[in-house]
Amino acid sequence: MAKITYVEHTGEKRELEVANGLTVMEGAVNNLVPGIDADCGGACACATCHVYVDEAWKDKVGEVGDMEETMLDFVEGREANSRLSCQIKITDELDGLVVKTPESQH
Amino acid sequence: MIIGAGHAAGQAVASLRSGGHEGSITLIGEEPYIPYQRPPLSKAFLAGELGIERVYFKPPEFYDTAKADLRLGTLVNKIDRASKSLTLSDGETLAYDKLLLTTGSRVRKLNCPGADLEGVTYLRTIDDVEIIKKYFAPGKTVIIVGAGYIGLEVAAVARKHGLNVKVIEMEDRVLARVTSPEVSQFFHDVHTDAGVEIHYGQAVSAFEGDGQVRKVITQSGDTFDADLVVAGIGILPNIELAEAAGLACENGIVVDEFARTDDEAVFSAGDCTNHPSKVYGRRIRLESVHNALEQAKSAASAMCGTLKEYDQVPWFWSDQYDLKLQIAGLSQGYDEVVVRGDPSARKFAAFYLKDGVLIAVDAVNSAPEFMLSKKLIADKASVAPERLADTSISIKEIMTKQ
Ligand SMILES: Cc1cc2nc3c(=O)[nH]c(=O)nc-3n(C[C@H](O)[C@H](O)[C@H](O)COP(=O)(O)OP(=O)(O)OC[C@H]3O[C@@H](n4cnc5c(N)ncnc54)[C@H](O)[C@@H]3O)c2cc1C
Ligand code: FES
Repeated sequence: MAKITYVEHTGEKRELEVANGLTVMEGAVNNLVPGIDADCGGACACATCHVYVDEAWKDKVGEVGDMEETMLDFVEGREANSRLSCQIKITDELDGLVVKTPESQH
Repeated sequence: MIIGAGHAAGQAVASLRSGGHEGSITLIGEEPYIPYQRPPLSKAFLAGELGIERVYFKPPEFYDTAKADLRLGTLVNKIDRASKSLTLSDGETLAYDKLLLTTGSRVRKLNCPGADLEGVTYLRTIDDVEIIKKYFAPGKTVIIVGAGYIGLEVAAVARKHGLNVKVIEMEDRVLARVTSPEVSQFFHDVHTDAGVEIHYGQAVSAFEGDGQVRKVITQSGDTFDADLVVAGIGILPNIELAEAAGLACENGIVVDEFARTDDEAVFSAGDCTNHPSKVYGRRIRLESVHNALEQAKSAASAMCGTLKEYDQVPWFWSDQYDLKLQIAGLSQGYDEVVVRGDPSARKFAAFYLKDGVLIAVDAVNSAPEFMLSKKLIADKASVAPERLADTSISIKEIMTKQ
C-alpha cells in the first residue's frame, strides 16, 4: 500500500491509498482521478496514461522500458520526468509518490 | 437508458455525466458483470496474471458516484419505439427518453456434430475464460479452431502454460482475413518456433467424445486428440433487437458520424454499429476498444445535445509471447506492402499503401512506426515506398519530411 498524490494541471491535488501490485494508472482510474485516459487498459499500446513524476521520485519509480520509451516519444509535452503511468507498479517504496497529470492525453 | 453493458456502455456513462446529463441513467446488461475489458481475457486474465477486479473497466463505486442504475443479468427482449419503452427478460417494462444501443457482438458458433460437447469453448466473456481455465494444465492438448488474433493469443498463453497446442485453420495462412502474407508468415514462424502445430486448409467437421470432447475430426478426415477446443472463428454484431424495432441495419446498426440512428431518440456505439469513415470513404464496422470508447464519447455527446464527430483512424493491438503488435488503419484493398526492419529480429513494420497513399500499418515491437503512421493515415499522406524500407533514415524523418 502506498499513498500517491495525483496533481492535475490545474493544481488540484488528490491523495489516495493504492494497493501494491496495481499500477499508478489503475490507482487513478479506480478512484476516478481525471487526466488519465488509459485507452488500452495498461497494455503500453496507447500512450494516453502519461504523467510527470515528481523530481524527488524520478529514480525510485524504476527504469523506463524499451516499449515505453518509444511510446513516450510521441506524447505531447514530453519531459525528462515523463512516464506512462501504467508501467509504474506500486510497492511500499513508492509511499508518498507525487505525479502530475498533463492537460491533455491526445 | 443504455442497452448492453460492455466497454462502450461504461464509457458512455462517464461521458454522459461529464457532458452534463443530470437525469437518470439505467444500464441494462445481459452479463452478470459491470462493464469490463475484453482484451485481457485472451491475454493476462487467461494467463492468471490479473484478478477480475483489474479487468473491470471502472470500479463498482464508479456507478454509484455516477448515479447509474445497474440492471445486470437482464436481457432486453424488445424495444417499442412508438411508446418509447423496453421490455426486459423479467417481464418488466421501462420507459425511455433517449436510448443508447451498445449491444456489441457475440461469437460465431460452430454447428457441426458434437459442437455441444463439454470442452468445446469460445472466448468472449469472463465466464468463457473460467471454463477454459479449468482445462489449462501442463500436458493437456488444446485444439484452436481459427487462426485469428484471439486464437493466436490463446495459443501463446497456452504454450506458456505448457499445453500442447494445435491450430486448425481453413485458409492457407494465419490472420488471413486481417493482414498480408508477409505478416502471416512472421506469425506462423513465431508460433511454430514456440512449438505450436498449425494445420492449414482444414475445416472441422465433427467433435467426438463421451460428454467431454476427446477428438476433433476435419473434413479431410484427419483426427486430432483434444482435451479442450477453443474456437475463434469470428463474431457477429448483436443487431437483432434493433432490427426487430425497425431500425436500419446493414452489417451493424446504421449510424451517422455522430452515432445517431435514423430515430432521433436512439443512438448506438461500439462493435454493433455500421458507421461512416471519412478516412476510407466508406461505411465500416469495427471490433476494437478504441472504436467502442471513441464512438461512445460521440454518442454521449449527441445525447447531451452537442454534436462531436467520430472520425478517427482505427487502431488495435495484440500481445503474443514477447511481441506487441500494434495495428493502425485498415489494410483491405492495399496494392503495395513495404516491410521496414527485420522480421527475424522480431521488430519490424509492414506498411500498406494504396495508390501511393499510406492506409495501414502492422507494427511489431515498433511503436514509432505505429504512432507516426496513425497520423499519416489520417492525413491520407503519400509516402515513398523506397524511403519507408530504408532503415538508415529514421522513421521520424521519413514521416515528418516527405
Ligand atoms: C478475447 C478478446 C480479445 C480482444 N482483444 C482486443 C485487443 O487487444 N484490442 C482491441 O482493441 N480490441 C480487442 N477486442 C475487441 C474488444 O473487446 C471489443 O471491440 C469491445 O469489447 C467492444 O465493446 P462494446 O461495448 O461495443 O461491446 P461488448 O463488449 O460486446 O459489450 C456488449 C454487451 O452487451 C450485452 N448485450 C447484447 N445484447 C443485449 C440485450 N439485448 N440486452 C442486454 N444486454 C445485451 C452483451 O452481453 C455484452 O455484454 C477483444 C475481444 C475479445 C473477445
Ligand atoms: S494505458 Fe495505454 S499505454 Fe498506459
